[in-house]
Amino acid sequence: MPALSLLAFLAVWQGLAVYLNNGTLPTPETVARVFWLACVTGQLPYNLSMTLLRLVVSFSIAMLLGCSIGIILGRNKKLDAFFDNWLVIFLNIPALVTIILCYVWFGLVESAAILAVVINKLPNVIVTIREGTRTLDQDLLEMARCYHFSKRKTLVHVIWPQLHPFVMGATRSGLALIWKIILVVELLGRSDGMGYQLHLFFQLFDVASILAYTIAFVAVIQLIELLILKPLDKKSLRWRR
Amino acid sequence: MERAGHHTAIADFRLLLKSGEFICLVGPSGCGKTTLLNIIAGLDNDYEGDILVGRQHTHPKIGYIFQNPRLLPWRTVRENIELALDSRQSPAVIDPLLEVMQLTQSQHVYPERLSLGMSRRVSIIRAFAVDPEVLLMDEPFVSLDAPTARQVRELLLKLWQARPHTVLFVTHDLREAIALADRIIFLSAAPMSVISEITVPIPRYERHSENAIEAFRRQLINDCPEIRQLL
Repeated sequence: MPALSLLAFLAVWQGLAVYLNNGTLPTPETVARVFWLACVTGQLPYNLSMTLLRLVVSFSIAMLLGCSIGIILGRNKKLDAFFDNWLVIFLNIPALVTIILCYVWFGLVESAAILAVVINKLPNVIVTIREGTRTLDQDLLEMARCYHFSKRKTLVHVIWPQLHPFVMGATRSGLALIWKIILVVELLGRSDGMGYQLHLFFQLFDVASILAYTIAFVAVIQLIELLILKPLDKKSLRWRR
Repeated sequence: MERAGHHTAIADFRLLLKSGEFICLVGPSGCGKTTLLNIIAGLDNDYEGDILVGRQHTHPKIGYIFQNPRLLPWRTVRENIELALDSRQSPAVIDPLLEVMQLTQSQHVYPERLSLGMSRRVSIIRAFAVDPEVLLMDEPFVSLDAPTARQVRELLLKLWQARPHTVLFVTHDLREAIALADRIIFLSAAPMSVISEITVPIPRYERHSENAIEAFRRQLINDCPEIRQLL
């Protein structure tokens, strides 16, 4: 069924491209040819890897910080009440504003780009993990206390497995959000990466290259889902019937 | 022992536990029995009073069997028990306990696949495995059907006779208290205090007989009107 659906999608695309018959929508075949050429010249792998590197670094920082802060806020009502408004403010700052401010304040450097992505993603992770922490099973936490579980043991064996669905939710929504933000970050202030290349193709009105790069990136995200996230899910939920 | 704040759950309460003694606490719902166990376990610190082990002001090392088993669903039976052990204990201590409680075959199973009676047995093993100074049991057989409750009770007694830890057992069921206890303490409604206490005179080997237990229960109710009011 998924193969059939993909074939139908390609057929609709081909039909539309033939019907329009201009440069705004190239056929799948043209896009495939451009994709192959970009791969062979090494241009696509290089820019894709630069974007992926930024994605991995900013995603890791945002998840690590977000999970830690989320757990602390979820477990401490006073701190949560104090920082709640801060979270609302950061959640509502447009991504573009954060990116521009980071570039203005820290210059057009790699660290500013990473910081801008982290600031955009961090509040989402914090809120998701905080909500998860609020729903922790108090009975199990009491059991851990009365059997003198260490902090590490409580975190690894009692808290973390309960937060797993929230972490996976934050991971999935995070990946989807971060790569879109990274493209804007690269478009505005980097000289490599997918965003920079897409900006270049836009100026040249090269729709085939834009689509080829987009397909490559979506394929990579799908691979991350299939090869990392799904097996992680399966392993963590093996105790369920 | 008395709880601080606007609501006093336990007032003027004094309880001396002798090593290896099996004590049942019988009292009406909501009288503060679970609060007492939580205070002893160190889960509730909102109280005024002292807990002494020997002459030391400290909480005893406890094993706690809660009303629901409180097993980690993502850990197997064996892992659930092993996690409660302290680092100096060998995981091998679990094996004989699993055998007595007839759970050796199920040790690598996740709790979701266990019946309620089996889950209770796992929580009993976990409590015994930590080699506690005091075993706290908060109505551990509640919500089990009668035959299962009887089976788990017999297995618990078998385990306790092999490893006679001091036990504080909360129950509503006077028959259960007579079947298990060396001493029964009857408690008033909140603020909880001791109404009376009795030593169960029936030898343990005679407590398999429902008739002996029932006869003693009737005698207790007839002789002590204050106990009759509690039940």
